[in-house]
Amino acid sequence: MQRYILSKKNSITLISAILIALAFFGRFSIDNWALIIASILGVAPIGIQAYQALKVKVVSIDVLVTIAVIGAVLIQNYEESAIVTFLFLFGSYLEQRTLNKTRSAIKELTELAPESALKQMENGEYEEVDVDDVEEGDILLVKTGAKVPVDGTVLIGEGHINEASITGESVPVRKKVDSEVFAGTILENGTIQIRSDRVGEDTTFGRIIELVEEAQDSKSEAERFIDRFSKFYTPAVLVLGIIVWLFSKDIELAITILVLGCPGALVIGVPVSNVAGIGNGARNGVLLKGSEVINDFSRVDTIVFDKTGTLTIGNPEVAEKEFYGNNPEDVLGYLASVERESDHPLAKAVLQNIGETTLSTVEETEVIKGGGIVAKIGVHRIAVGNVALMEKENVKLSEKAKKDIVRFEKNGNSLVLAAVDGELKVLMGIRDQIRPGVKKDLQKLKLLGVKNLIVLSGDNQGTVDLVARELELTEAHGHMLPEEKSAYIEQIQAKGQTIAFVGDGVNDSPSLALANIGIAMGSGTDVAIETSDVVLMNSDFSRLPHALGLTKSTSRNMKQNITIAVGVVLVLLASLLFSEWMNMSIGMLVHEASILMVILNGMRLLRYRLRE
Amino acid sequence: MRKAVIQLETLSCPSCMQKIENAVKGVNGVHQGSLKVLFNASKVKVDFDSETIAINDIEKAIEDVGYPVIKSKVKLD
Repeated sequence: MQRYILSKKNSITLISAILIALAFFGRFSIDNWALIIASILGVAPIGIQAYQALKVKVVSIDVLVTIAVIGAVLIQNYEESAIVTFLFLFGSYLEQRTLNKTRSAIKELTELAPESALKQMENGEYEEVDVDDVEEGDILLVKTGAKVPVDGTVLIGEGHINEASITGESVPVRKKVDSEVFAGTILENGTIQIRSDRVGEDTTFGRIIELVEEAQDSKSEAERFIDRFSKFYTPAVLVLGIIVWLFSKDIELAITILVLGCPGALVIGVPVSNVAGIGNGARNGVLLKGSEVINDFSRVDTIVFDKTGTLTIGNPEVAEKEFYGNNPEDVLGYLASVERESDHPLAKAVLQNIGETTLSTVEETEVIKGGGIVAKIGVHRIAVGNVALMEKENVKLSEKAKKDIVRFEKNGNSLVLAAVDGELKVLMGIRDQIRPGVKKDLQKLKLLGVKNLIVLSGDNQGTVDLVARELELTEAHGHMLPEEKSAYIEQIQAKGQTIAFVGDGVNDSPSLALANIGIAMGSGTDVAIETSDVVLMNSDFSRLPHALGLTKSTSRNMKQNITIAVGVVLVLLASLLFSEWMNMSIGMLVHEASILMVILNGMRLLRYRLRE
Repeated sequence: MRKAVIQLETLSCPSCMQKIENAVKGVNGVHQGSLKVLFNASKVKVDFDSETIAINDIEKAIEDVGYPVIKSKVKLD
């Protein structure tokens, strides 16, 4: 019976709306009866909820409203009792609808979770089972278009998999025998048989969902305070109502206080901002671990980058080159043939730059320590290496070549020179490239109010300075070991700066933990997810300004909602004391409107985008 | 000891968390400190002693205060 009435809440709301309309526009003798029926119908579900709450010793809003409505009926104010119940029911209907909207972003994410799997049974046939029934070591079949149900390894077959749900990258990845596949990703073509390695919450996707789910309901110190406060607040309103009634004998005033004192918007305001903000992040490749993180991140004034590799591609490339003399094609062929013998990182960059060419047989290769390589190709003597090697080989450098060398070095390049038979032929400048777009992203961070951008790197100071100058960083420190980095962070924290540390989470765990906010650039990998406060999915640097802007907006949104909630209660109580027009219906209307206002305000965060 | 994750129908009223909290805490055999009512996720997470009570007892306590349970998962800890 109770459940039946509760499940018909929406129809009851509709019926009481019709009855109230009839009573007001009809102006016939039925009006009082219509209002009485509307009151009784309306108070039924509220009363049941109140009874259930009292059973577990909670004085909920339902209790306040039920007492108020019964009081109104007793003093035969049917208009008030009907309208208040209707507004309360209609308000909670709207609350539910709008709340579902604010939660939609995270819901979309959790709905990507796989539900079923094709499992190989003892007789060798495949049967569809619930994903919860899959265990480690099971053999599963994944067909075209299906979701991979667990983290596993491909045993047979191949195909292309869209891993957007894990990495944010929507270009399909080719998988073949022994490739790793991840739960929640989609097999776009082919058929594969996999062995299940990790299931359920242990899969990468399961962990991401768990993290986001925990985050949307995590509470900051302020929220816990509000929760404790509201536990005493509602009973206090009830007591206040009783005291007013005992002293003034004015039932009308007493029940009005009960309605006005409802703390609705206060309890719901912050969680609503939180879920919408975290939802926006989840949709845009930013995982935020809860409202405490949101508040701390929004106050960050210093961002420390763990190494030049975060800002650069981390893969040295030939940035500049000059040829001297004729036949560059032949020279490049010789150069490639010699460099092919070496596993030096610069040699790799050189080979990558030359690409396809005619290779020759190399003889008498000799590696000169701290210099380069000298070798013979046919009758020619080839020397490949740095300036010191050229001097040792008595290679004459022309005025132009000397100028080029100075210029290349000034631009932060490492040099590779190649000479054929004692004559300089090629000069290459190799350096790590700045990631495209990083400069603009850092500019955006400054616009958002970050004062210090610092890079700490193990590279030599020259390289680090160069990156810092090009990107207009405020400070750059080279030659740093991991423990020196965390010492440095402690040092600037002592100066009162609020620090975010951006790292890949591999060997920077101390710094990630030490900083006020640890930001991991990960593709959803283990360490990154565990140790950090914020994860930028797919190592996408451009998500960083969005993340910062989003936390600032979310934090502001929470404060607005608290202001709205507290303000509304204060204004209502004050107007009850000082004005004539305040009554129960208006109180309920304002109260419900304030709840909708904080939800709608929170919903704005779903559409948040960083302004250009 | 076992860990339960109970999925409820969408929670939308601000005061329901406190009701559910008190209802579950009132069940003998649950570890009160482990109880978490997740408002946005509409889930209840709690540890309990399987010798004293079954998951059905916890489900019933929640349904008795008016919140239908969709499904529960129990894991050994």
